[in-house]
Amino acid sequence: MKITELPRWATAVVLPLLNLLSALLVAALVIRLLGESPVESMGILINSAIINPEGLSYTLFYASTFIFTGLAVSIAMKAGLFNIGGEGQMYFGGLGLTLTMLALDHTLPGWLLIPAGMLGAAIFGAAWAFIPGYLQAKRGSHVVVTTIMFNFIAADLMNTLINKLVPVGQQNPASRVFTDAAAMPRLNTLFPILGDTPLNLSFLLAIAALAIYGLMVWRSPWGYRLRATGLNGHAAHYAGVRISRMIVVAMLVSGALAGLAAVNSIMGSTHYLSLNFPAGAGFIGIAIALMGRQHPVGIFLSAVLFGALIQGGFDLSLEKPNIPQETFVFIQGLIILFCGAMENFYGPALLKLLNVGKKG
Amino acid sequence: MQPAVEFRNISKAFGRVQANADVSFTIAKGSIHGVIGENGAGKSTLMSILYGYYHADSGQLLIDGHPRNIRTSNEAIALGIGMVHQHFMLVENMTVLDNVMLGSEGGFRLASHRAAVEKKLREICARYRLDVDPLATISNLSVGAQQRVEILKQIYRSAEILILDEPTAVLTAQETASLFEILRLFKEQGKTIILITHKLGEIMAITDQVTVMRAGRVVGAVATADTSKEQLANMMVGRPIQSELPRAPFNPGAPVLTVDQLQLRDKAGVALLSDIAFTLRAGEIVAIAGVSGNGQSELMEILSGMRLPTSGQVAFDGRALPFAGRTDADGLPATFRQLGIGHVPEDRLRDGVIKDFSVEQNTVFGYQERVKNRWGLFDFKAIGQRCNALLTAFDVRPADPDLRIGLLSGGNQQKVVIAREVSAAPKLMLVGQPTRGVDIGTIEAIHTELLKMRDAGVAILLVSVELEEVRALADRIIVMSGGRITGELNIEEFDTTRIGLLMGGMHTS
Amino acid sequence: MFENLHIASLLVATVRSAPVLMFAAMAGLFAERSGVIDLALEGKILASAFASAAVAFSTQNVWYGIAAGTAVSAALALLQGYVSISQKGNQLVAGMAINIAISGLTFVLAQFFFQQGGRTPDLGDARLQDIVLPGTAALADVPFIGWFYGHLIGGHSVLVYLAFLLVPLVHWVLYHSRFGLRLRACGENPHAADAAGVNVETTRYSAMLIAGILCSFSGAYLAIVQSGFFLRDMSAGAGYLALTALVFGNWRPVYTALGCIMFGFFSAVQIQMEGVELPGVGRIPGSLIHMIPYVVTVIVLAGLMAKSVAPKAIGKPFVKSR
Repeated sequence: MKITELPRWATAVVLPLLNLLSALLVAALVIRLLGESPVESMGILINSAIINPEGLSYTLFYASTFIFTGLAVSIAMKAGLFNIGGEGQMYFGGLGLTLTMLALDHTLPGWLLIPAGMLGAAIFGAAWAFIPGYLQAKRGSHVVVTTIMFNFIAADLMNTLINKLVPVGQQNPASRVFTDAAAMPRLNTLFPILGDTPLNLSFLLAIAALAIYGLMVWRSPWGYRLRATGLNGHAAHYAGVRISRMIVVAMLVSGALAGLAAVNSIMGSTHYLSLNFPAGAGFIGIAIALMGRQHPVGIFLSAVLFGALIQGGFDLSLEKPNIPQETFVFIQGLIILFCGAMENFYGPALLKLLNVGKKG
Repeated sequence: MQPAVEFRNISKAFGRVQANADVSFTIAKGSIHGVIGENGAGKSTLMSILYGYYHADSGQLLIDGHPRNIRTSNEAIALGIGMVHQHFMLVENMTVLDNVMLGSEGGFRLASHRAAVEKKLREICARYRLDVDPLATISNLSVGAQQRVEILKQIYRSAEILILDEPTAVLTAQETASLFEILRLFKEQGKTIILITHKLGEIMAITDQVTVMRAGRVVGAVATADTSKEQLANMMVGRPIQSELPRAPFNPGAPVLTVDQLQLRDKAGVALLSDIAFTLRAGEIVAIAGVSGNGQSELMEILSGMRLPTSGQVAFDGRALPFAGRTDADGLPATFRQLGIGHVPEDRLRDGVIKDFSVEQNTVFGYQERVKNRWGLFDFKAIGQRCNALLTAFDVRPADPDLRIGLLSGGNQQKVVIAREVSAAPKLMLVGQPTRGVDIGTIEAIHTELLKMRDAGVAILLVSVELEEVRALADRIIVMSGGRITGELNIEEFDTTRIGLLMGGMHTS
Repeated sequence: MFENLHIASLLVATVRSAPVLMFAAMAGLFAERSGVIDLALEGKILASAFASAAVAFSTQNVWYGIAAGTAVSAALALLQGYVSISQKGNQLVAGMAINIAISGLTFVLAQFFFQQGGRTPDLGDARLQDIVLPGTAALADVPFIGWFYGHLIGGHSVLVYLAFLLVPLVHWVLYHSRFGLRLRACGENPHAADAAGVNVETTRYSAMLIAGILCSFSGAYLAIVQSGFFLRDMSAGAGYLALTALVFGNWRPVYTALGCIMFGFFSAVQIQMEGVELPGVGRIPGSLIHMIPYVVTVIVLAGLMAKSVAPKAIGKPFVKSR
């Protein structure tokens, strides 16, 4: 009996895998044109990012950030909103975190500072997503363009604000360094094999966030209303959902998650607020949400993959100057293209393949 | 004389569904030929093949005696075949003239042909009494006028064979009469008309020949003069329809819903509802009859909480419905549900279900807060048990709770919606077009269920464009036209002519 | 403060800033009026900026450069069309994907070919000359008219004139040609167009191609006329500002162009205000002034989005339905 629709295992695993491979294939082609061997480059990358324990630690460190930005985009997507403002929301969240630390890091102990910092990051991240969310809900202003604008505004605004936080006499455009109490505990204290790497408690927080996300979206009435809003706004209204409020709340949660991504970068690694510290993590979140199909396991795997690309890409750019780190921005774009816009490209062919030999 | 159209052994399948199976019949030139059948009988598919949207899997199509392979709608147009669709193919923000010119502009510069086209349009309008201003913008025209624009388009392209797909679904009685006059004029000019409909009265009124289809096949081909409505109905359905379903004697209880001076104006200030006032009691079915688009949908939206009225009061179960002080209806349907108002929406795919959710997930749609466990998360075990019970009780097929509801047939989707609303034990049930797109067997089941609710004391407000359905279910009938109530009658006073006039806007005492 | 705002130079600067947005907005107009959301204006601008600067430098010929930019942008537009029209993919995601991919790719290619940190070398003389209108020198001493004729109307590069002449041309094509009628029908009710025998997919592809070509002039203008080189991410949001101009102009050519000129004006004000002391506030940091166009965009969208009417069928892939 011929099947007319692809089974779930095909759409959930096979298609995303094929899409990812397509993106990597195009990337491999470009690497070839740049005069390097894709196989050799891949080897350097895997070695640096996965096989080497310190490299793996860095991979998971980056993945911690990406899990949060990926969750941010995912939860907004579930409500039918394409939140592209993760970069600005993470940036602003970093400000909230920093202001909290600068105010409290001399007086409070570490175990209070960490939740305080998280709160500051989440609140400021949510605040930066509020206006685009409100404008979409009440004025119909498309959240895509407004969040893009807010990214640009954040970049300029933070430029001014950070310069105001620079301690007297310091050249580096950054805030002062936080006290030792305000540092996230590193995982290398438990696993010395990780070496001198910044992988920290944020990784476990990220996993917890994935679990909470999974629970809330698929097992709670709130999550049901969220998904209904994203799938069919008319029907959701019929079912009694307060659409305006749902849109705003979804954006607030999304912004908060993006803000929390700053906790890993700042409290886990640099311990001060610097210019452009998000370094594209917000945009990588888009790729992660699309590649991971907004599913907790998918988000995790995609985040680790991108962590590997960033970590491996860094070492690769040192060894091969023709493959700078911006190559991975290009790959990111390809992944978004294949996994987000062309997700069903291989669908018809796969369906034909599965039906080979079956009678109609 | 060669027949205008001949279908020979036409078959067409979509996946597992055989939409047309070995269809053969002829349509005489210069006649009005009716093709009648229930939803899903295959009439639309057959016409789509004639118009070039689909290609038959097998069989032959002959136009004027010559076998033709019509591959695109352009080829159909070139052969003189025109189609007036049920959903108008008009660009709303353009003029009639632009809509007619679209696709046959006559040259790169529009201006060089505009004047000539306008002139020809005015000639056509005069000859066929179409009463359309070529320079009017479509969005400013009434539904009846828009349909005449569609007809105008086909005549402009020299259509000799005109296909009309359910043309009177959106017309008042008067507009229908005007349309039939136009069709008779066409026939006098030697044109061939194919009328697709499920309305027996129209077939008897205007056609010369009728072809009856059922489940993809031709089950009857007769001259209209030689048949009757009952005979056609039997052929359409395949078995005698039960003319009357059992119901308890009419014994209404206390008033459940009192609507008082309800007004609705849209953003432009146009009155959509004016002075709506009526009462609904427990244990009675009040049906709102009227042609689609006369305010019934808006009334349902207000009573279900999906839309706010401009002014007026509605008392439900003794208390005023909470419209006051609100700027929009965001979240209001939930409040109404809490009060005990159930709602089976007119457009189930747009409003009533989430296509991509499973059947089980859809059984709690609108009631998701009521199935929580003590941690605030879903109680999946309880939900599953309830769902299975409902699927069995309402005979939903396939009875698979995990199936995406979009894959179910229209009738089974509707059964899920009704099951869900009924099981919440509402005091008032709002039901809109409950059997639209539903197969005949399920129609009976749905009607039986509604009568059961009525006998148990639920107040039911039914909106339906199908007079047969109104006659089968109602205790009382309210007729609406142009946003107003034009008449109220008891079921004993049911009279098609009188109701038709009320639907057309004539008030009778 | 206001003594520092030279109105004359403001107006000239406005005329010189607007073309970047005008080309992109006219491009977006064609795409969106046919029913395809064009979020990838940014990527097309950047790609054509790189291609035109790189080729202009390598061949020392400005026209080859512009042609290269056009070819690249058109190719990207057709790719975007393939994803949006034939693959029926999410048009917003497709646009974002192209923007991000091009941002990375242009840097990598610039680095590979020119080894200058992701930028192209200075074009020097291989740029467009400003066009001096005949009689400019003769009128130079006449008050106002001399300036008006010589510097406001005259004295700009050919791309500036092209941008302004494009507006009435686009208007005519959209409202008075057969192609424009069909294009608008595809954007409002593609089913109606289809029933009338118009090939919706082909029309939309044509619209995308035109969008690609028009958008390329924006990139070429940025790289060749305004800067003389390509720099990473030099489009700086112009693609999105152009989309806002479309909302502002209700997707009509003349009003959209006015929106672009408004943004151009803000750009010019921004440049003039840098370093200026405001009474009571002092010098406003450059970054806050730089923020102005983006804030204006949000305000425009907040105010107008509810009222401006996008083409009805925009963003929805066309699937023949019976």
